[in-house]
Amino acid sequence: MKSDQRPDILTIEDVSKAFGGLQAVNRADLAVAEGSITGLIGPNGAGKTTLFNLISGFLKPDHGHITFKGERIDGLPPHKVFHRGLVRTFQIPRELGGMTVVENLMLVPVNQAGEYLWNSWFLPWRVNEQEETNFTKAEEVLSFLNLLHLRDEYALNLSGGQKKLLELGRTLMCNPKMILLDEPAAGVNRTLMRDIVEDIKRLRKELGITFFVIEHDMDIVALLCDRLIVMAEGTKLAEGSPDEVRKDERVLEAYLGGRGR
Amino acid sequence: MRAERMITPAVLFVVAFLVTALPFERSGGNFAGTASFLTTFLTTVGIYAIFTLALNIQWGYTGVFNFGVAAFFLVGAYTAAIVTKDPASGEFVQYVGGFGEFLSPNFLDAGEWLPFIVGIGAAGLASGLLALLLSVPTLRLREDYLAISTIGIAELLRRAVIENPTVVGGTNAMVGIPGPLDGYFAPGDWKYAFLVMVFVFLGLLLFAVERGIRSPWGRVLRALREDETVTAASGKNVFAFKMQGFVFGAVIMGMGGAVFGFGRGSVSPDTFDHFFATFLFWAMLIVGGSGNNWGAIVGAFVVWGVWTISLQLNGYDLPGILQVRIFFIRDLLIGSTIVLFLLLRPQGLVPEQRRVSSWLDRRVRTPPDARPPPEADATGGE
Repeated sequence: MKSDQRPDILTIEDVSKAFGGLQAVNRADLAVAEGSITGLIGPNGAGKTTLFNLISGFLKPDHGHITFKGERIDGLPPHKVFHRGLVRTFQIPRELGGMTVVENLMLVPVNQAGEYLWNSWFLPWRVNEQEETNFTKAEEVLSFLNLLHLRDEYALNLSGGQKKLLELGRTLMCNPKMILLDEPAAGVNRTLMRDIVEDIKRLRKELGITFFVIEHDMDIVALLCDRLIVMAEGTKLAEGSPDEVRKDERVLEAYLGGRGR
Repeated sequence: MRAERMITPAVLFVVAFLVTALPFERSGGNFAGTASFLTTFLTTVGIYAIFTLALNIQWGYTGVFNFGVAAFFLVGAYTAAIVTKDPASGEFVQYVGGFGEFLSPNFLDAGEWLPFIVGIGAAGLASGLLALLLSVPTLRLREDYLAISTIGIAELLRRAVIENPTVVGGTNAMVGIPGPLDGYFAPGDWKYAFLVMVFVFLGLLLFAVERGIRSPWGRVLRALREDETVTAASGKNVFAFKMQGFVFGAVIMGMGGAVFGFGRGSVSPDTFDHFFATFLFWAMLIVGGSGNNWGAIVGAFVVWGVWTISLQLNGYDLPGILQVRIFFIRDLLIGSTIVLFLLLRPQGLVPEQRRVSSWLDRRVRTPPDARPPPEADATGGE
């Protein structure tokens, strides 16, 4: 596909991570092209989520380099990776249950004046101005995700699919350059998911956001991704367009065949 | 729903009634005696509310499991005593410092005000510094381990005081801590003035805490309490914010210790046992409503009320079996109150506000139904 010509925004070189005796990621080498929607598939235990944790700073690689926009990010703490414009969602939705939906989102914007105690004491007008901006932005994101009617509900009370959407919403609050989505479709109803697929494509087109998506649902993958990376046993097995990957015998063996499809 | 809303006023009324009526009845209708009793009671409530307010920042907001409030209480109380007292005299009274004489300007006599403000400031500073030092090794611990280590630190400091009699007097206690402005009042009247001072100070603290915490800053703290991983994935420096919440709470605990010392006039290590200097504040926070600053104050009133009332009962002709056991029954009473609240009303008497940001509270409530146009008050402002 054409995406081959675009420069890589994220490169993973020779990255390994072991948990005790379990080699979760094993000398993985892969790259994601800027502006692409790249899917990451593979059987359970292939190391996909571990790879996401390594990229987003929640884990440190035992070995290897991770480069984002030409700068190394391996070893940075999660909030610093976030500040570079690389944000993620979680496979199992992790909402801030004791906070309202809108405040889950208003938490996210960076450089809020009100995050400094003295500003909320001595410069409340500045804090309030930003609150207005962030509130407006949060409402936009909520209406984009069809969650606006739940604005003042505790996030705890949302359904599984709604929590998944809130995860996505969080990433949209901060003008990211790249978003890692860990199974965005799980638990979201099909009609809504098709809307989200369109929205992701629109975000890529209008804002140039790169997406790297773990997803098991092959229909969604085919609809969404212009490139697929297949992982098995902690390393890259194959790469190509969705059609190419489907025909690849090694993939069928490791993944599709193994699941009895 | 409506009945539930009446619980808090009803509890407040019952406690207020009993705490007034019992001493009034026992003293045979003596107004002055009852007023004096209530003054002492409310002063204690005010001082304990300072600690509960501080614990609410640490636990109710940040989710830091501090089970060693006593450590910060102790450091604050002794620091304030050292700063405001005159130097030690005589071989039986030994302690370091005694900076009081440097702080009393000559143009103010007996009831100087300056030493007390310096004392409160120094207490807050010392306690905050302790929290800062502790946060590096402990705040990265999981919350249950953090609780255990804070218990250890509190006990360690208490033992250090006992074993080193030359530093802050050891078990001899530091006595003769001057009361703020006590030179201006007749000995019996000063406690009324002190009550006013305590509540003015509590009011200032409540204002500062409420304003500081119901903001984007407090929102990060509540997010930490809910889920540290998500907070990190939302671009917040988890450790920095956790430390800020912990230290801010500790500063206020230190100040509370200073006020306690000024009121009591003496500080001794037995004040800082786990029950009175840590557990009681947890009870107050749970009963009042963890996560709500007003709840912290209501909790202090109710729990100390129950504690006081239960002792008042001893003045009546109780059956012998109760008479000797009343002191133990009080402990049982506080313990079962906590259990009852955790089971039946975990949100406490005053549940936490749904929204952290007070700006957002106002913004959402102002137009009741219709969504406001985006530019309704784009200028922000107040």
